[in-house]
Amino acid sequence: MTAINTGDTAWILMSGALVLFMTPGLALFYGGMVRVKSTLNMMMMSFAAMGVTTILWVLYVYSLAFGPDIGHGLIGNMENVGLNKTITEVMGDPGHQYPKLAYVMFQLTFAIITVALLSGAIADRVKYGSWLIFVGIWITLVYAPIAHWAFASQNGHGGWIVDRLGALDFAGGTVVEINSGAGALALAIVLGRRHGFKTEAMRPHNMPIVLLGAGMLWFGWFGFNAGSALGASQLAATAMINTQIATATAAMSWLVYEKWRQGKATTLGVASGAIAGAVAITPACGFVTPLGALAIGLVGGVISAWAVSGKYIFNYDDSLDVVGVHGIGGLVGMIGVGLLATTTVNKMGGSGLFIHGSPHLLWKELIAAVATAAYSFALTFLIAKLLEKTIGFRVSRSIELEGLDTNMHAESAYDISTFTTR
Amino acid sequence: MKLIVAIIKPATLDTIKSALQANGVPGMTVSEAHGFGRQKGHTEVYRGAEYIVDLIPKLRIEILVDDSDLDRVLDLVIATANTGSIGDGKAWVIPVESVVRIRTNERGTDAI
Repeated sequence: MTAINTGDTAWILMSGALVLFMTPGLALFYGGMVRVKSTLNMMMMSFAAMGVTTILWVLYVYSLAFGPDIGHGLIGNMENVGLNKTITEVMGDPGHQYPKLAYVMFQLTFAIITVALLSGAIADRVKYGSWLIFVGIWITLVYAPIAHWAFASQNGHGGWIVDRLGALDFAGGTVVEINSGAGALALAIVLGRRHGFKTEAMRPHNMPIVLLGAGMLWFGWFGFNAGSALGASQLAATAMINTQIATATAAMSWLVYEKWRQGKATTLGVASGAIAGAVAITPACGFVTPLGALAIGLVGGVISAWAVSGKYIFNYDDSLDVVGVHGIGGLVGMIGVGLLATTTVNKMGGSGLFIHGSPHLLWKELIAAVATAAYSFALTFLIAKLLEKTIGFRVSRSIELEGLDTNMHAESAYDISTFTTR
Repeated sequence: MKLIVAIIKPATLDTIKSALQANGVPGMTVSEAHGFGRQKGHTEVYRGAEYIVDLIPKLRIEILVDDSDLDRVLDLVIATANTGSIGDGKAWVIPVESVVRIRTNERGTDAI
């Protein structure tokens, strides 16, 4: 058996834990943004993603996503069902090898947060059992293929985006961000608007936990992006500093944009800007210079701040702005790679339009982005329709108005009166 | 006996309370309240969406007084609750039929 590189292995193990930590962070980020009466349901959707995805990942989803390609780069085969042929295997280049199970764990955490992200589009109105089933179907039919396309690099014979098209996506601008954004749009359309959308105040009920969640996401994102270097390397360091730069810059550019538009710099703005920046740098963090990351953060923050208003114009209730922050932010990042990627940062990367004057890479990035968005939107739409027509996907009007927490979970988020009992 | 009820700006509570205590008023009850009046609400902004918050947080204070103390205590409340700006609130007086101190079963003015 080949000796593993302990430094690289340690970093990948740590990164898996960091990325898993993002999902409870997302639960707080989303949970604080909804109204009190459905807070627990919102957070429970993220925890369902952790549970259901893990079980199916072990059984067959890892194999679909990362098993040997069946041909054409569309999906993996069944070789790794039940995590067969992963337990004693190693991966990586000679001298930088790590246990395959470290990779299985690391990639699992990406699948978890991607499906959890979708829940933000359908806050306050989904049957919990239907959500659990949705998670299982979506991970199988949408996440596994797209992860295979963009992440399963198998010596030129793996996923079509990474191995055949040659588009660059360092940590999941397509697989996680555009995928969740497009799927979120489909879910918001199928499920319809919350009662009172645009007429009632649907204010975040707890901004401090939104900020805490955003902080946890920011922290975990270092595992997400720098962990995607799959080693404790120069490239990991580049990805980490680029993540910090873009996240911080977008937090500030969102603030400046809203100060200009509405006259106030808000807490939700700084939190959202940070997430939008982390999203935008996700595909680019291992391909651009620190100054490139600054530019991507600057643009990503402003474009996402502008894009979140789209739901009021087009009248779809993407409740917590998954489309504007993740879909559009991911697209900004993919375009950023096409414009700013440079081989001085990563020899395995490419050169963007602004670096080499050729739009070649930009076209590849756009093809990967559009293909991901189209597939995710179409399949998510069909899955949601199927659930709606069979077991039902949306709760009754009275449950929605009363709140999901007491009706579906028999709990309420807060009991902070000292003496009175409700 | 009378019950003075006043809806006040939360920031004036401490001044009112100190003035009542300094002038020998034996008790007051305070609860949180929300409402609207002539004072307009404020606008909050979340990701570009503006919400008008028009139920404004206020405090409701209640003070039991003997008829002979009514004018003095009411004047004290009004003077200390007044900031001169819109939203200072209102006070009104309600006749009280009977009052009982629960521990001793004292009735009427003795229970105040």
